[in-house]
Amino acid sequence: MKKHLFAIYLVLATLLAAPLAFGEADIEINTPAIAAIKGSMKNQHQQLKPFYESGAIGLTRDGMVGVRDANLVPLAERQKLNSLVAAQNKDRNALYKEIAVANGHPEWENEIRSTFAERWISKAKPGWWVQDTGGAWVKK
Amino acid sequence: MNKLIWLLPAAIMLPACVTINIYFPEAAAEKAADKIIDDVWQLKQEQQKQQPAAEPTESTEE
Repeated sequence: MKKHLFAIYLVLATLLAAPLAFGEADIEINTPAIAAIKGSMKNQHQQLKPFYESGAIGLTRDGMVGVRDANLVPLAERQKLNSLVAAQNKDRNALYKEIAVANGHPEWENEIRSTFAERWISKAKPGWWVQDTGGAWVKK
Repeated sequence: MNKLIWLLPAAIMLPACVTINIYFPEAAAEKAADKIIDDVWQLKQEQQKQQPAAEPTESTEE
């Protein structure tokens, strides 16, 4: 009987320790789908960069790119900017979703989005515009 | 009584398994986000290069 109890407590101890060991799992980002989205975003970024610098666009609090002041862009270029921003946001949505799916937790999409939102903003260069938690534009 | 004792680990095991899977790994997600952002914005390369601002001005006329 005592041996049985000991065995039970051994099992219990292992089970209680398991969440501590595996609680912080890695997030998988090395899939072909994620690599493809990343490549596309990288290309767009080369074109978006001057608009971040001029303040025409900025980083929103929900992990997207937003047009902040279209007047800073010559009329002839505005259409191009709008499609660039739309393409970038489409890729960003796909990225967040794809990471959640690749990790077997589609329901994590929103948490991944907020994590990214915070990281994009914190990595933005001085002079770029970002949204604060209330949604107002502030210059970094 | 004996049977009840054997049920105890099972009762504790079940919620433990569920917790492992539902918990969002915030720190790991941040690390993953940083990796992707560095790549998309090419932040790491920029720091390494830091070239002098002499850029050959090739106009792309069409």
